[in-house]
Amino acid sequence: MEFDPLLLARIQFAVNISFHILFPTISIGLGYFLLFFRIRFTLTGDPTWEFIYAFWVKIFALTFALGVVTGITMSFQFGTNWPGYMEQAGNIAGPLLGYEVLTAFFLEASFLGIMLFGKSRVSNRVHLLATAVVALGTSLSAFWILSLNSWMQTPAGYGYADGVMVAKDWLAVIFNPSFPYRFFHMLIASLLTASFLVAGVSAWRMIKQVDGPATKKVLNTAIIVAAVLVPIQIWVGDLHGLNTLKHQPAKIAAMEGVWETERGAPLTLFGIIDEENKTTHYALKIPKLASLVLTHQWDGEIKGLNEFAGEHPPVAPVFWAFRIMVAMGMLMLAVSWWSCYRLWRYHTLAGFDLKVLSAMTFSGWVAVLAGWYVTEIGRQPWIVYQLIRTEQVVAEHGAGTVLSSLLAYCSMYIFLMISYIGALRYLSDKPAQSLSLLHEYTPATSTEERN
Amino acid sequence: MEQALPLIFVAVMGLSLLLYVILDGYDLGVGLLLPLANDEEKDTMIASIGPFWDANETWIVMGIGVLLIAFPRAHGIILTELYVPVTLMLLGLILRGVAFDFRVKAGAAKKAMWNTLFFLGSLIASTAQGWMLGSYVTGLNDSVINSVFSVLIAVSLPALYIMLGATWLLIKTDNALFEKAVGWAKRSLLPAAIGLFLVSIATPLVSDVIASRWFQLPNAIGLLPIPLSCILVFALLFFILHKPVAQLRQMNAWLLFAGPVTICLMAAIGLAYSIFPDIIIGRLSIWEAAAHTDSLRFVFYGVAITLPCILAYTVFIYRVFSGKAEALSYD
Repeated sequence: MEFDPLLLARIQFAVNISFHILFPTISIGLGYFLLFFRIRFTLTGDPTWEFIYAFWVKIFALTFALGVVTGITMSFQFGTNWPGYMEQAGNIAGPLLGYEVLTAFFLEASFLGIMLFGKSRVSNRVHLLATAVVALGTSLSAFWILSLNSWMQTPAGYGYADGVMVAKDWLAVIFNPSFPYRFFHMLIASLLTASFLVAGVSAWRMIKQVDGPATKKVLNTAIIVAAVLVPIQIWVGDLHGLNTLKHQPAKIAAMEGVWETERGAPLTLFGIIDEENKTTHYALKIPKLASLVLTHQWDGEIKGLNEFAGEHPPVAPVFWAFRIMVAMGMLMLAVSWWSCYRLWRYHTLAGFDLKVLSAMTFSGWVAVLAGWYVTEIGRQPWIVYQLIRTEQVVAEHGAGTVLSSLLAYCSMYIFLMISYIGALRYLSDKPAQSLSLLHEYTPATSTEERN
Repeated sequence: MEQALPLIFVAVMGLSLLLYVILDGYDLGVGLLLPLANDEEKDTMIASIGPFWDANETWIVMGIGVLLIAFPRAHGIILTELYVPVTLMLLGLILRGVAFDFRVKAGAAKKAMWNTLFFLGSLIASTAQGWMLGSYVTGLNDSVINSVFSVLIAVSLPALYIMLGATWLLIKTDNALFEKAVGWAKRSLLPAAIGLFLVSIATPLVSDVIASRWFQLPNAIGLLPIPLSCILVFALLFFILHKPVAQLRQMNAWLLFAGPVTICLMAAIGLAYSIFPDIIIGRLSIWEAAAHTDSLRFVFYGVAITLPCILAYTVFIYRVFSGKAEALSYD
């Protein structure tokens, strides 16, 4: 069997980055939840907030660790898989990654120690500060990496020197046209992912009747946060889409399955994409809606894939990923608002409501992955939009080497995913108090002997 | 400025990688020693590195990051050539990093498995790093003799890490574990010394470039303090560690930890002298590989501002968690 090295490299990179993004997505959002729990405790002195913090900080630590180790992999993957990218665009990509390490990685990693293990060693104020620093650090990290990703989608502020790309204007590079949209879309996505995780696990704990009042409190918090954020996310997502239409019309054409440029384009809800014959079979269409959504005019013109022959992404994955993301968003809207209504009406959730929330625990992951597939596959065949093609920068490893490392990564990730979900299950079934006992093994030394 | 920037960045990269070897070295070393301890001691050993390992590991990201930022061409070549050991190292680091958390969070039944995986991850990562170092020093071509050399470093580096780990435990533990750590430190001396000795002998043999840099007068005389101080450190450690344990308890254990740190420092200086001014020995100099001056300047401001801050809060964290390790608790 023949393997295409480009395809293998892309699959490997996709596997690594897909697995990686799951964990930062949670920790970026969960960091702010933890900060909120700590602030609430500091202000009210209500110990239930401490229980909540004690429970969630463990899940945060586990998630953060997975994010760190899979992220280290990413820092090497640029070089091992796409050496040509770094040779051609390294003058721009390098510094952005560098600023991520300098301003965010050390900050998060260092203060995480105090946040996790330092409560008895520093004052509450310092501990609160450490928690805030970790939360901000994760967002700062997202800032730089999304800036770089956005620059690859909508390059700006660059020039050429000695045959490679250089930055002419760093502010234009960092705040490139799609960056603000992508940054806020992703930040809110993280908060939503964390909300549904917190709500889902708490619903599970309600069903199991673990930590009664504390669990109820955190469940309510998560539901309200989700109900407020989902509509904002839909609005930001719409703005992001309009920005994409302006800068990457080929991606929009693939997302909407528009084969020919047309005015008053219908919105295809579902259909079977047939790339060979350039058509969508069994398409379920709503007349003129695509034009209305994208141009905010009934007769607005949508550029079709016919205008980007040879330079547009594969249609089916982008088309489907987009639909999955949107469907997940709608589901999140329905569930969060329904739960809010039930809370307002009955002051507590029970039975079916809890089961639904619990089933939605990882809904954020599905939406985030689908969204990233839309934007990343949607950028193909370019690695830097309309400037550098992905196939030009791939490393020349033997297919055997890449295939075996890919298999090793995949088995590792499957094992880790099973362990992660297993640990979450295990932790969720136990009260937060007894969890702290897990760590109460005999100290190596008594307090008096300590220096 | 244009000439100085690549120099500054190669120094920052060297410093980061040196800090990585020392800092992650001791926690990898603790991981390598884990199977020798009983269950209770295992917990204490993990507790001794708990608040630090994450930041320690960030130094390799920093080192590789600087390589990427300042020398993008070298980054591409080096990581492409080192594909296999890099992949192994990453898998090892992943296993170890997550085992850290899973061993106390996945339930008592699975703790033994995660302890084993913590050890295995540490072992894979540290040998892979040795292999990477070996291939790098020999100029990234895998002839038979170079591969033998890489294997040699691959088994020596873990010995050095064990030295770092055992002396770190002298700082962080007492009671029975302290006594065990003294034993581990003693036993790590010989393998580490032999490893370092063989590597020092072999390096000029496998690389003509390095041989010519070392064996010419008067440089050879100026370089003498490097091997001499290593010999001195090994001798001192051997002498001190064979004192009665009760006497060792009274000592400031940081002085013992300074032993392997000095060896790392000397090895780094020796290595830097061997390689400089190349970034890939005999193939690419730091000037040829350097990124565009504007990019370097842009990052230089960031480094100048943040690196002192990073070092400052790193010191702060070590102060907060100074003293003997206690049980890891989120309270």
